Amino acid sequence: MIKSKLFARISSVGLVILAIVLMSGDHNDAPTLTGTSADIADFYAFEAPDSDNLVLIMNLQGLIPAGAPTEFAEFDEHVLMEFNIDLNNDLKEDVLIQAIKRRDSMFFFGPFPTLETGLESTINTDIMHKVKISSKDDVHISEEDGMKFFAGPRDDSFFFDRIQFDMYMAGNANGGFTDPGIDTYAGKNTLSIVVELPKSMLGTPVANVNPFAPNTPTYNMWVETKRKIQ
Amino acid sequence: MNYQGIMNNIKYFKIVSLVCISVLLVQCYNEDKFGTPIFQERCFDGIQNGDETGIDCGGSECKPCSVESEFAGTYRQVDQMGRPAVNLLLNVEGRRDSLNLTVPSKMHAKFQQVFKNKIMILDTTYTTNVLGLDAEALATLFSKDVLWVAENGPTNYYNGSTIMTGRALGEDVMDANLLWIFGGPGGTKNNNDPLLIQDGVPTNDVPFLNTFPYLAPPF
Repeated sequence: MIKSKLFARISSVGLVILAIVLMSGDHNDAPTLTGTSADIADFYAFEAPDSDNLVLIMNLQGLIPAGAPTEFAEFDEHVLMEFNIDLNNDLKEDVLIQAIKRRDSMFFFGPFPTLETGLESTINTDIMHKVKISSKDDVHISEEDGMKFFAGPRDDSFFFDRIQFDMYMAGNANGGFTDPGIDTYAGKNTLSIVVELPKSMLGTPVANVNPFAPNTPTYNMWVETKRKIQ
Repeated sequence: MNYQGIMNNIKYFKIVSLVCISVLLVQCYNEDKFGTPIFQERCFDGIQNGDETGIDCGGSECKPCSVESEFAGTYRQVDQMGRPAVNLLLNVEGRRDSLNLTVPSKMHAKFQQVFKNKIMILDTTYTTNVLGLDAEALATLFSKDVLWVAENGPTNYYNGSTIMTGRALGEDVMDANLLWIFGGPGGTKNNNDPLLIQDGVPTNDVPFLNTFPYLAPPF
């Protein structure tokens, strides 16, 4: 009984993973990461409706099939997510926001000045906030110290005719895209973390970063996932 | 009931009790009625094992850790992203994992030439684009894979006049990328047979929210 349940569970996990691998290739198309719990699908950073605030969004595990049970698309307690912010245009992070799952919650750390840059990180627990991880029907948002936090499944916000692009690149669609095209990401989900925070918490960036807006002080921002090694 | 009978009954009772107790102990040791282990030897063995997040604490089966031990450990980069679809569009097979394992400050040295060559493969007659960037400059921009985010003012990845001040939801960033790579200086190159400067998917399939968390609910 238990064994047959176990096998049923293993085979359905396998099917879902296979579906993700076949459909996806992540938005970045990295062979060894595709479909894993550390696979970044997207990154957004924009001014909030309250123009004192910025919104930062990281999507993971793109192209999750609709209705896939949540146990097949869970945040991983061994995967650290990081928003990196560079203020002085040396392409090294000066300010960091970290996030990692523990039990039923997503814990957020920072923003704080980085003590270490590069490929490896430890978690700085000095400034800690958390939000209960949402499900489709049970949505949680926390507001603490002027910041807002969310973690849970969301619609995959990316839209692109990826299949037609891949066909063109493979030499099988010499006419290129079609108009209209077909959104490969329609009806699919991702796991998302969202932070809204006052810009004043990040520090002041320098100008002359973006050549198309040289006078505008500009942050360099990027996201990373890091897996626990010890 | 004679003495022998009483003794036999006691013996029988002892054996049955022993069997019952053993079954009970084994059952308790392995799982409770919900199939959840209620006692794990490894939660007391002085090392971090199973899904413990600290020594003998955290994870699904042991007591919670203190904040310090619960979040202790070293984490190593496995994926990275700044601008959308850089790896997909401008990197090449065999180098994609490598880009994800590189920090932005070291990307230019490792990938600028790769990206420049790829641009000339994607459009063999590439000269410059609507941003006025030649292949060298476009490859340099993308090989430092960070997202520029303006401290103040409206966010646009590209709308023709505001250029790369961040990335908001709902922006057709792939059409912008395609335009910069395939569109030529006037933005009209490759606009028909082959159609390469837009993919025919201008919006998301569902509307975004005006309030936090902004992303649309899941399916």
